[in-house]
Amino acid sequence: MTKQKSKKLRGLLLGAGFVAVAAFVFTGCPSQQSMLDRGSAAEKVYVAPGEHDEYYGFFSGGYSGQLSVWGLPSARFLKVIPVFSQDPETGYGYSEETKPLFNTSYGFIPWDDSHHPHISQTNGDADGRWIFINANNTPRIARIDLKTFETKEILELPNTGGNHASSFVTSNTEYVIGGTRFSIPYEQDLDVPIDSYSDSFRGALSFIKVDQNSGMMDLDFQIVVPPYNYDLGRAGKGPSADWVFFTTYNTEEAHTMLEVNASRNDKDFIAAVNWRKAAELVANGHGRTVPGEYYHNYYEGNQGYAVSERKNGVTILDTREIDEDFIYYLPTPKSPHGVDVDPTGEFIVGGGKLATIIPVHSFSRMLEAIDAGAVVERIDGIPVLDYDATIIGEVENPGLGPLHTEFDGRGYAYTSVYISSEIVKWSLETFEVVDRIDAYYSIGHLMITGGDTKNPDARYLVGLTKTAKDRYLPTGPKQNHPAQLYDISGDRMELLLDFPTIGEPHYAQEIRADKIKDNVAQIYEMEDNDHPHALRRIADNRIEREGNVVRVFMGATRSHFRPDNIEGIRVGDTVYFHLTNLEQEWDVVHGIAIKGAQNSEILVAPGQTKTMKWTPTRTGIYPFYCTAFCSALHQEMQGYVRVSAADSDVELTWRTGTN
Amino acid sequence: MKNITLLTAAVFISLTITACGESDAPADRDRSEAPAQEQGLSEFEVEHGIGPVTERVEIGDGFDQAMVDKGRNIYEMKCEMCHNYEGRMVGPELGNVLERRSPEFVMNFILNPGGMARDHPVGQELLREYMTIMPFQNVKEDEARAIVEYLRYYAEHN
Ligand code: HEC
Ligand SMILES: [Cu+2]
Repeated sequence: MTKQKSKKLRGLLLGAGFVAVAAFVFTGCPSQQSMLDRGSAAEKVYVAPGEHDEYYGFFSGGYSGQLSVWGLPSARFLKVIPVFSQDPETGYGYSEETKPLFNTSYGFIPWDDSHHPHISQTNGDADGRWIFINANNTPRIARIDLKTFETKEILELPNTGGNHASSFVTSNTEYVIGGTRFSIPYEQDLDVPIDSYSDSFRGALSFIKVDQNSGMMDLDFQIVVPPYNYDLGRAGKGPSADWVFFTTYNTEEAHTMLEVNASRNDKDFIAAVNWRKAAELVANGHGRTVPGEYYHNYYEGNQGYAVSERKNGVTILDTREIDEDFIYYLPTPKSPHGVDVDPTGEFIVGGGKLATIIPVHSFSRMLEAIDAGAVVERIDGIPVLDYDATIIGEVENPGLGPLHTEFDGRGYAYTSVYISSEIVKWSLETFEVVDRIDAYYSIGHLMITGGDTKNPDARYLVGLTKTAKDRYLPTGPKQNHPAQLYDISGDRMELLLDFPTIGEPHYAQEIRADKIKDNVAQIYEMEDNDHPHALRRIADNRIEREGNVVRVFMGATRSHFRPDNIEGIRVGDTVYFHLTNLEQEWDVVHGIAIKGAQNSEILVAPGQTKTMKWTPTRTGIYPFYCTAFCSALHQEMQGYVRVSAADSDVELTWRTGTN
Repeated sequence: MKNITLLTAAVFISLTITACGESDAPADRDRSEAPAQEQGLSEFEVEHGIGPVTERVEIGDGFDQAMVDKGRNIYEMKCEMCHNYEGRMVGPELGNVLERRSPEFVMNFILNPGGMARDHPVGQELLREYMTIMPFQNVKEDEARAIVEYLRYYAEHN
């Protein structure tokens, strides 16, 4: 215990510098170290070889742009689902099929910063159909199908700067939301001085409709709001299900040195949006269409090339133009980050980064305040409600820098506290802290199993921390970000595991494995392969030339390619290898790579067709081979392409099996 | 004292069982070398393979042309890349397979290739020869039957 204490102190000092010391002084009661003895902690996270974890965990990749998948509680790493960044490991973003997913109104963008995954919901519970995730830098939202664990769709959000308050869904996945972190001029491509901020900059809150059968997203409307930073969002539940909430900071409207200039006001706002009413206003023609160019990229069939649709125009509701009220500001201390709604839908908790308390608003009191007209002012038409009328509790002594809260459904909330690097557990009845535990080090978000739904099962809590420092074997000046798993089934939180993650997880989602694992596809059925360049029968393997474009219709099976000897390719040709994996057995994957290709390999799952583009620049003999260890004769799975000069008359021929 | 008695009894029992060559790991490992009967296969399984087909299948004298066409389609999509009609490829030649094997055997091989390679003496033998486990190609039982019809038709017409 003493040893752990001193280690903690060292960690805090490492993690947060002198501010951590201040935390001891201010909070009075330092965090309690609660760790099970090694044996019982190990037992709780032990999943025997061959057995499955009880939960899937989906951790955002942050600056990796991806989404990683974990088994919990063992913290087994399962896979990375590539989303917003090219992934040479699988060929995602390199294959012709996936490249269109990266198209935006700014061109092909190979990277982004993915923050907040959210699983689709039915009746306020995670249903495991899809998982959405936002791109913060070039604003987009992606939808991943949880049958194949693949990115199926990416929608760009126009007239938005930094889509951070995203991609949270409403209780029945009617909408997925987006929000401006950096306000920018709402008018597309407007060229104005930066110090015209207050006049020409605006925020945009996006409401994307989700088709319940296909999952396809459609940008229904945007609400144009004052130029603050819209940080996080969350939909209501149960009685508040028609509402979504966004936090704002920088109500000071600073555009430089925000660190200081955006930290002046004692209170910023939580924006409460009645999305159902807003959608009705739009449906009844109260919106107006403005220019806004954006891309919508998706797959049309089971397989094939993603298509990129270029769109223009978006319907907006501008609060300055509309008389009816559908959005309200709740004053909230101070530069709040998270806004989180408890499982009953009644409590709306703000994570005031710079606040000394955790403010808790009451949804029912908010409705009463609206009815009673408890409006202290209007900003661009938006009613600002009286703080005292909506607030129901202020949690004292939460530590320094409360960020984000989730709930256990048993009457307690758990808030991550960044600067003092701890998790505090507090009561939704007394609004008093009942337990606290260290995080290693500097916790950002946390996630409770089911904690953002109506029915959390609240067995575990995962803390996503920002720096590893001395926690693991050192790996250089930059190390991977850690996560900690806590048991929260008892009165006290108990640390079970501490493990490094991938990228920088900003938020995570969890779902009970039995909700999805039986629906996960094992193969792509060949009968359903609707790829326009699929090889339907091995006998059809062939090469077609049209001018300089050469298409190789190639089949792969254990343990050969067909064709595997190709002649008659010329320098200057653009060659497409359309490779179909002709196997129908789970997890038997083939890949292809060819010498000198300015491209990644392409991995092809059973029954799938994928395309690698190759533009040879030199004559010679080019070996290609299967990059996946597919069988005992994997080393035999290879072939040759002969490349001749641009003006050569070597005939285009191909063969297999005749030496 | 009691413990020792129990232990002795346990050792004795396990010796007896091992002696009978059953339910013990080393004996299990030997299975591939043992004659079929000793692998615990039924007479039907020895003759017609291990898998979902456990009874003789009715085969007519003529051909069901619709079934032949269906079988050919599946065969060309899911089998032909590994099998020649004549001569070895990834797997054995299949133009004449029905001379070597019963229709039920072929169906079980299609429907349970992994099980055949693991548990059936012919499958084990073939695996040693071809060094690649045939994949299950997501073929349903009626489709396997159609493939048999096609292979019958092929043998008759070539
Ligand atoms: C990836 C290659 C591959 C594919 C695809 C494949 N097979 Fe096979 N097949 C083999 C191999 C290899 C063997 C030898 C047994 C072993 O090693 O498992 C075999 C054995 C067989 C046998 C047993 C032959 C004998 O002499 O007893 C039959 C029958 C058969 N395959 C039919 C089929 C049919 C029908 C299909 C399509 C549904 C098919 N195979 C698809 C590779 C394949
Ligand atoms: Cu291979």
